[in-house]
Amino acid sequence: MSGITATPAARGIPPRLLVRGAILAGIALLAALPLLNLLPAGSALRVSDFTVAVTGKWICYAVLALAIDIAWGYAGILSLGHGAFFALGGYAMGMHLMRLIGPRGVYGHPVLPDFMVFLGYRELPWYWLGFEHFPYALLMALLVPGALAFIVGWLSFRSRITGVYFSILTQAMTYALMLAFFRNDMGFGGNNGFTDFKELLGVPLNTQAARSGLFYAALLLLAGCLFLCRHIVSTKLGRVLVAVRDAESRVRFLGYSVTSFKLAVFTLSGMMAGLAGALYVPLVGIINPGEFAPGNSIEAVIWVAVGGRGTLIGAVLGAFSVNAVKTWLTSFAPDLWLFALGGLFVAVTLLLPQGLVGLFRRRAR
Amino acid sequence: MARLLLLIVLLLARPALAQDAYLDALPGLAGGFGAQAEAVERLGAGGNPRALPVLRALSEGRLMKRDSTVILNGTDAATGQPLDATGAETVRINNRVRSALRGALGRLQLVSANPDERFAAAESVFRSRSAENIPGLEAAIARETVPRVKERQELALAASRLVAPDAAVKRQGIATLGGASSEDARALLLEARNANPELAAEIDAAIAAIDTRLTFKRAAETLFQGLSLGSVLLLAALGLAITFGVMGVINMAHGEFVMLGAYTTFVVQEACRGIPWLLPWSLPLSVPAAFLVAGLAGAALERGLIRHLYGRPLETLLMTFGVGMILQQAVRLAFGAQNREVISPAWMQGTLPLPGGILITQNRLWVIVFAMLVLLLAIAAIRLTRFGLEMRAVVQNRRIAATMGIRTGRVDALTFAFGSGIAGMAGVALSQIDNVSPNLGTGYIIDSFMVVVFGGVGSLVGTLVGSMGLGVLNKVIEPWAGAVLAKVAVLVIIMLFIQRRPRGLFALKGRAADA
Repeated sequence: MSGITATPAARGIPPRLLVRGAILAGIALLAALPLLNLLPAGSALRVSDFTVAVTGKWICYAVLALAIDIAWGYAGILSLGHGAFFALGGYAMGMHLMRLIGPRGVYGHPVLPDFMVFLGYRELPWYWLGFEHFPYALLMALLVPGALAFIVGWLSFRSRITGVYFSILTQAMTYALMLAFFRNDMGFGGNNGFTDFKELLGVPLNTQAARSGLFYAALLLLAGCLFLCRHIVSTKLGRVLVAVRDAESRVRFLGYSVTSFKLAVFTLSGMMAGLAGALYVPLVGIINPGEFAPGNSIEAVIWVAVGGRGTLIGAVLGAFSVNAVKTWLTSFAPDLWLFALGGLFVAVTLLLPQGLVGLFRRRAR
Repeated sequence: MARLLLLIVLLLARPALAQDAYLDALPGLAGGFGAQAEAVERLGAGGNPRALPVLRALSEGRLMKRDSTVILNGTDAATGQPLDATGAETVRINNRVRSALRGALGRLQLVSANPDERFAAAESVFRSRSAENIPGLEAAIARETVPRVKERQELALAASRLVAPDAAVKRQGIATLGGASSEDARALLLEARNANPELAAEIDAAIAAIDTRLTFKRAAETLFQGLSLGSVLLLAALGLAITFGVMGVINMAHGEFVMLGAYTTFVVQEACRGIPWLLPWSLPLSVPAAFLVAGLAGAALERGLIRHLYGRPLETLLMTFGVGMILQQAVRLAFGAQNREVISPAWMQGTLPLPGGILITQNRLWVIVFAMLVLLLAIAAIRLTRFGLEMRAVVQNRRIAATMGIRTGRVDALTFAFGSGIAGMAGVALSQIDNVSPNLGTGYIIDSFMVVVFGGVGSLVGTLVGSMGLGVLNKVIEPWAGAVLAKVAVLVIIMLFIQRRPRGLFALKGRAADA
């Protein structure tokens, strides 16, 4: 990330190459973090466990931002409910992690998670079956958010609900899901959600190996999503999406099925968000209905706006920079953070419509 | 002094017969348990007010006796003379006496001077279910002047008649209970049905009559609750219908304007505390104050920020969300995160009983009235005033309106201020039924948007129908789905509804619809 600020200094090099270099440098820097974590405690270059965990969290956020950006920045679909896809993916992984606890829970029940024993369940609800298998849980983390995105998108796009109407509808969707997941009788742990996980794929979660493994998995996911999105936006599909964003009716009159294009990109975006959530949960060790809060989704949108929507690197940049400021500010002046975030919304929309990337581009010109 | 009091009591006392019955029965209390129970029955049946304190003392274990003299608070219970209580012992009672006491106290309280006590007595007689209460109740009903108590006594009489040995009397009881509309009466009839198979047909008819009335009552209460919720939604959504519906501006800070209105109510109330005669009027005073505060905040927001983003609704949405965040945090820092208490004036408290046993809480009723007034005010402002005319002109065709000499920028600011001011007034109403806290508005904003989308953008009548429809729908689903799932169900229903009518119930037609 810090590599990008070097733009004005290097005039001779073509900007394209520079950006690519910066991205590669950023990924290399990120990839080095868990290695630096292995250094002995006294070493100057050593990175703390906390830094690795927090950076891993940000990488998941960056994938979420990327998911929002591919829908909003390219196809013009502003979803204020992407937190719901993220949380659903997280819940799918959380269910797997809960099943792995097995008899190590407080109540020591061989099959049922603690909260179910507490609530007097006799057996696992049907929708919990199969979650003891990792591939199944991962598949669900992909399919459930994807299915929800498909249904909501299909219902909305076919009746040509666009713009702010769609935004409000998706916000209502995540709000409704939050209310539903807060209920104990849903079988998802009520307002406590899932926590106290023990292991994943046989590796205890509180070890350095698990932390680095999850970190690299998240990094891999980010790189994969970046690659996929890069591929989408540079092919014809991406061109059509941009055209839909800029002049939906015209694209429709030209004979394209706007609904299908929007539906495809929105479903893909929901799946990406779901995978991000699935990696996020073992990294932070908890998932609860608070993740569905409409405020979370809209905060993720502002990452994209800050970074620069309509550019893939902008989404990633925004997620990292806003969360870095958040982590830094909430630690020493928590009261100020909401002012800063609110101010960010106002400042970015009024002064920086193209985000940080737009700022660099203007400088570069 | 005591003699004089006694004399007055004697002069005012009921017929001499009752007096004699009282004096006759009294010594029985000092006898064995059987004699005690009999004496208690007689005292209760006698209807002498003097028996009430004696029996109360007996039930509370305060009554003393020496030989056959009953001593109440250091006086002879028969004569009222002060008495040396040395050597007296407490009168002990057993369960049989206790149960006799309960009925007797109930019957005696029926003639108490305090209507609340009489009401409670009727209630306990209703529960005791003894045919012996009939004469006492009949006498009490004849004397009763308070309708609320009388109604209860009649129910108690019917309940007592139901257990009478005589079938004709029972029928009388069944007929009266059939005219009641309470769960108690229904339970009583069900019980009687098992005990009297020969009267089953009549009892069933009475139960059916009660059921019809109960269904009606429940429906009426659901309707009221729905209208109440709907009017809250209406208040929150009305301002939105103007800023979003008419101007096309998505104001995510709308909920925070509602919150500002609620806090204005709190501030006005605190300011009125120093002036006692003004305090009951602090709520009516808050209405214009909240309108001004929220309206000014709205005008500032429109002129300062929103106007730069016209034509970019998604950016407006994000920007106003940020403004809402800042407002919320500012209020949290200024007033604290905990709830602030806004007191309801006396005329808004309590419940209003309607015929048929329907109870209506006053403050919710006032919120409905207030919502309707605000709606009429908004419609009048748009239809009848110069400002409304200019506003409609700008909405229909901004350029032509400008060429006609309308200062469109000023109209925009005023319209936005107007919509925000209505949000402030909604805050005054919400302060009466919800907690005044910094996140007061967030709970309503999504529902309000739903109302506007459901009712049709840009139509105030649509907002009315949409909010009332959603409010009632919510309350109808609630009993069998629970409050949370009802909300989820309503959201799903709206999503499906939009499939059929993407532009809402009351869609605008013509040029404005393309906006």
